[in-house]
Amino acid sequence: MSLDKATVAKIAHLARIKVPEEELDHLAGELSHILSFVEQLNEVDTGNVPPMTGMAAQKLRRRPDVVTDGGYQEDIVKNGPETAEGYFAVPKVVE
Amino acid sequence: MTELTLLTMADALKGLAEKQFTAVELTEAHVRAVEKARPLNAFITETPDKALEMAKASDARRAKGEAGPMDGLPIAVKDLFCTKDVLTTAASHILDGFKPPYESTVTSNLWRDGAVMLGKVNLDEFAMGSANITSHYGDVVNPWSPGEPGNWPRKLVPGGSSGGSAAAVAARVALGATGTDTGGSIRQPAAFTGIVGIKPTYGRCSRWGIVAFASSLDQAGPMTRTVRDSAIMLRSMCGFDPKDSTSVDMPVPDFEKALTGDIRGLRVGIPKEYRVDGMPAEIEQMWHKGVEWLKAAGAVPVEISLPHTKYALPAYYIVAPAEASSNLARYDGVRFGLRVPGGNLKEMYENTRGEGFGKEVRRRILIGTYVLSAGYYDAYYLQAQKVRTRIKQDFDLAFQECDVILTPTAPSGAFAIGEKMDDPIQMYLNDVFTVPVNLAGLPGMSLPAGLGADGLPLGLQLIGKPFDEETLFRVGGVIEEAAQFTATPPFMA
Repeated sequence: MSLDKATVAKIAHLARIKVPEEELDHLAGELSHILSFVEQLNEVDTGNVPPMTGMAAQKLRRRPDVVTDGGYQEDIVKNGPETAEGYFAVPKVVE
Repeated sequence: MTELTLLTMADALKGLAEKQFTAVELTEAHVRAVEKARPLNAFITETPDKALEMAKASDARRAKGEAGPMDGLPIAVKDLFCTKDVLTTAASHILDGFKPPYESTVTSNLWRDGAVMLGKVNLDEFAMGSANITSHYGDVVNPWSPGEPGNWPRKLVPGGSSGGSAAAVAARVALGATGTDTGGSIRQPAAFTGIVGIKPTYGRCSRWGIVAFASSLDQAGPMTRTVRDSAIMLRSMCGFDPKDSTSVDMPVPDFEKALTGDIRGLRVGIPKEYRVDGMPAEIEQMWHKGVEWLKAAGAVPVEISLPHTKYALPAYYIVAPAEASSNLARYDGVRFGLRVPGGNLKEMYENTRGEGFGKEVRRRILIGTYVLSAGYYDAYYLQAQKVRTRIKQDFDLAFQECDVILTPTAPSGAFAIGEKMDDPIQMYLNDVFTVPVNLAGLPGMSLPAGLGADGLPLGLQLIGKPFDEETLFRVGGVIEEAAQFTATPPFMA
């Protein structure tokens, strides 16, 4: 599988990472190289094999549906690059 | 008095108990070592004041007869573990200034047991790398680099991603360090620096509060200078944690008790697929020597087959980037770390992530995004997860014929900064022997076996059955005894 520049630009957009135009070609080469490396997986017969979805054979635990944590809004917004009145602030999204 | 920084954890505990020195004295010696070791660039954040404060509290506990299992032992913490009010970077620009308002479960457990924090150590950015050369905070130097320390003609890599941890422990800066291992990030740097590192079974250590890379593979573990020290430290690190849904609710054994030295009759699997093309003869010889040591101690070598070994790396390079692309979506410039402004919200996201992530991280997020994107999910991610089942089945079958598996840790010793860097695949091949263990969720230990022709340490890896770390410690203890690895790096703080 070989990725072209336009596909890389599209993936970068999906991943919300700005990639300078002049790096797209090089990146397309690198990513294509990695994809051709992983393509050897197609040699493996996985006909009746279930995908591995978890490590231990354990059921997800359940817990009572009660509030056990919280009440520290200040701590939560403390690391925000921009905050206002106890909220995270972002550029305007609605005109 | 012996040089305090040269002690093992076990000896330091004895010295503290016998009042030969105090935790404050032990910590002061290590704080000086941290300063002296700055040319290695092992630390991102030094916390000497916190260390001394913790040491004082430790002495007070000991005086009251309330000392914990690691009380007073100075350690370094990989900067992937969140530490309350102490800068936590994951070695990434994107986490600029992040001071977590909480403490990771693993580090909480260590402090509960009395350990003392010297600081936060360097790593590959988001733990993505095998040479500690992708950190925003610069490369870490392997203390085994030949030549005049600080003025090295050729700087060697310490391995990665837990390169700062490995360098600090090998250079006698810390008695031990926490590491994390997603594809070999504890074991390969341990091998490159001549120390012991263990990745426990997936689920043993809580992942809560550890910056996530690939959640189905990540595990924390100790890096120390002896097998016994790893047993001491792992016991403190692991344990059930309701805050991690994959944490396993099982009792934590006293791993030190497993160090009996008795491996008579134990079946040691030697996987034929690990004899890879182009592996240096000295690695093959070291492996053979390991088999001979175990035979001499009464173990029985058994040739086993792990036929899907060659597919482990390609499966890993789908699963890990896919999970990373999802985990790293949280870094968007809103709640923590770096924000680079843009004309609107979307531009702000793209600018922040474009500037905040380094090249290797960006590469992996893009691969992950691609393999998870519409139309490709089945071809890549689902197939990789099925291959993963195959790899796990290989191990299940092998463990019907053997009790533990012995392999080299890595296909080479430490290389120089600047080597293997043009081609990402070349770098990925470092982890060819360690990655299958993560994919199958098994415990693995690397320990120093000897020196190669160039005078650099080489490691052997032990792979165990799920939750059978005790056999790893038992066999590791025998190899350690036989190997008598007493060599020290040219640079010691």
